[in-house]
Amino acid sequence: MRETQADQAKISTPGEQAAASAPKPRRPKPKSMVLLGEQTEALFENARLAKERGEKVGWSASIFPQEIPETLGLNILYPENHSAGIAVRHQADPFLQKCEGALGYSNDLCAYAKVNLVYASVLNEESEMELPDGGRLVKPDFLLLTNNICNQLTKWYENLARELDIPVFFIDTCYNPSDYVTESRVRYVRAQIDQLIRDLCEFTGKSWDDERFKEIMEISRRNSYLWERSYNLMDCKPAPLSGFELFNYMSAMVCNRGKESSTAVLEQLNAEIEEHIREGTSTFPTEEAFRVSWDGIACWPYLSHNLRTLKKYGVNMVASSYGKAWAINYEDLDGMARAYCFASTNGDNATTMIARRLEALKKFGCEGTIYHVNRSCKVMDCQMMEVQRQLSAQAGVPFASFNGDQADYRNYSEAQFETRIQGLVEIMKQNKEAKADD
Amino acid sequence: MIPMGLWGGQAELKLAKSYLPAFACPIMQADMEFGLNGTYEGLSAVIIPTICDTLRCMTQNWRFGVPTIPMIPIVYPQNRKSPASVDYLISEYETVLTVLSTVTGKMMNEAALCETIEIYNTHNAMMREFSRAANDHLDIITPVERHTVMKSAFFYEKSEHTAIVPNIVENLKTLPAYCCPDKRVILSGITCEPDELLEILRENGLCVVGDDLAQEMRQYRTDTPEKGGGGLRRLALQWNNRYGCSLIHELGKPRGKLLAELCRENEADGVICCLMKFCDPEEYDQPYYEADLRAGGYPCLTVEVDHLNAGYEQIRTRIQTFSEML
Ligand code: SF4
Ligand code: SF4
Repeated sequence: MRETQADQAKISTPGEQAAASAPKPRRPKPKSMVLLGEQTEALFENARLAKERGEKVGWSASIFPQEIPETLGLNILYPENHSAGIAVRHQADPFLQKCEGALGYSNDLCAYAKVNLVYASVLNEESEMELPDGGRLVKPDFLLLTNNICNQLTKWYENLARELDIPVFFIDTCYNPSDYVTESRVRYVRAQIDQLIRDLCEFTGKSWDDERFKEIMEISRRNSYLWERSYNLMDCKPAPLSGFELFNYMSAMVCNRGKESSTAVLEQLNAEIEEHIREGTSTFPTEEAFRVSWDGIACWPYLSHNLRTLKKYGVNMVASSYGKAWAINYEDLDGMARAYCFASTNGDNATTMIARRLEALKKFGCEGTIYHVNRSCKVMDCQMMEVQRQLSAQAGVPFASFNGDQADYRNYSEAQFETRIQGLVEIMKQNKEAKADD
Repeated sequence: MIPMGLWGGQAELKLAKSYLPAFACPIMQADMEFGLNGTYEGLSAVIIPTICDTLRCMTQNWRFGVPTIPMIPIVYPQNRKSPASVDYLISEYETVLTVLSTVTGKMMNEAALCETIEIYNTHNAMMREFSRAANDHLDIITPVERHTVMKSAFFYEKSEHTAIVPNIVENLKTLPAYCCPDKRVILSGITCEPDELLEILRENGLCVVGDDLAQEMRQYRTDTPEKGGGGLRRLALQWNNRYGCSLIHELGKPRGKLLAELCRENEADGVICCLMKFCDPEEYDQPYYEADLRAGGYPCLTVEVDHLNAGYEQIRTRIQTFSEML
């Protein structure tokens, strides 16, 4: 018999908020989460202290080659992750209202951007609002931008740069319509990396050290490996964790990928998962009747509702695209150019996307896919219907979609989510029965 | 080959709904529908620049949804300050050429390319000249007429259009200048269509004296340099010289200044921002240029452009109020 454990302790945040917001746990918080909380605290505190010392602090896009600022010893914060934190704590409302009100933005825009643009204007004393975290995302002196996730980030950062009157250090990573990175892209991206290192050194007064870079690259590689490994351990049947819990650890990769503190968090996490496997336990709170994959960003404002509903039907989410999101392995700056050019949605032309998902569905023994139609995010949605159709046909696995948003709580219906999950469960059940009959 | 512009149109969405969510812009929705329902049959290929997130995805939707019309993606560089962007863009152009050659069995040669660049530059100059000349004849060149001249460029062979437009300009110049009692506005945005929308401007005593529309004058603002290397290199340099476009990364949010300058040059009373529905690149620019225009003393009205939606009553009222306010 497997032990089942209460779930609510574990659905807290995409990481940075873990320490601050988690409801009272019924079981002791795993040590990995404690370490993660400390890491998050350190990230914000170090940035604050650096600011106090008069050092320059930056904000960065989440899939920027952070090995660069890490090598330079710069303090960097991550708006996407921060906005997700605000959303998961149900604090986004005043930001969204102000963004669409006083700041005059369309409600069509990405809610991460909306939250952050307001946050920035408050830091800049152009808007008034009490910041729910007291302003710990300190005002930046520069921005680090890549467009390998989406084009909205480019526009969002243009606006931040104008609002805060600060420079943007930009690596244009060029979307890949082909299944590989063309050599012309590698040359262009590499040239930008070289220039960016020079410009950033000049701006911050830091100097580049090749040896340090190699060390950071090594740490980063180890962290990517540990991250992927923790996801891969979910292939055990039943899975050792309630899959949503892994979302909590994202900040170790988004904000601290080149740090040894992430190695500690992820080694601990791997050890905890292995222990579950050894002991035959799981943190999934009920019997794992169905295994599914999750497509798209988490629906942060309704994570608990998602989990409660899935639990009700014994559905465990054992695979998501986050598993390979930071599998950015390379050995030198050319390799870095190639890797970041193919990272995230930049490498998601439909064939690559389908191949990646097909592999995951097989590896993790998924019986269905839940696909989050994320109102904020055109880049992840506008080709998804065709991808899901082909994927479902090739894998013989059904999918259900639901409307949501990664940060705007207004774009979700609990009833719709439940109905869609019910429908999916029904088909998965029939498939299971048919298989049993064979 | 004759390049044509695919700017969507008034369509009833049926097939596109299986490819795009409801919050993709109306241009892409209509383009997808026309691709799927055969309206675009006859095209040898479609070139899709991935300059926004929706367009990125469109490359993939087209690839699978409309396999009878080959899709050629092009990924323009956005870090134009990087000198390496030029060689990169040349290689993108070369990829486009390779696919075009495969599709058509024809090869490009340098002389033909240089000649074409010259025609395009002449055409740009003609369109700018037309835009200026039209302002003295706003009785004839109504908003709809102006738009028709602009849009027709996408459906003629360039040399043909380059020959027609000077005729229009010459004919206008033979007429006495018309002293227009109407208010003068500049249009900004992606497109200002369909004609019903432009008619509302006229009904409310507004005439268009200039524009910053992606479909219209943004096409003609920047010439290809005459020097700087072979044809492809010069075309790449032209991309790097473009400015004031929401789809090209630029710091400082320069559109407010650009629009104020357009107002000054054309003695415009205000700006109408034609905000394409669900067009996020434009939506990020709009609050800044609107604020900058206001600060510069130019009133600005934002209307939502959605040619898939037939209802114009609300827009009519808002344009009327704006016109009265001017
Ligand atoms: S949620 Fe989508 S649109 Fe927003 S920053 Fe992320 S990738 Fe871009
Ligand atoms: S730029 Fe705007 S109008 Fe053009 S395809 Fe993208 S979203 Fe649509």
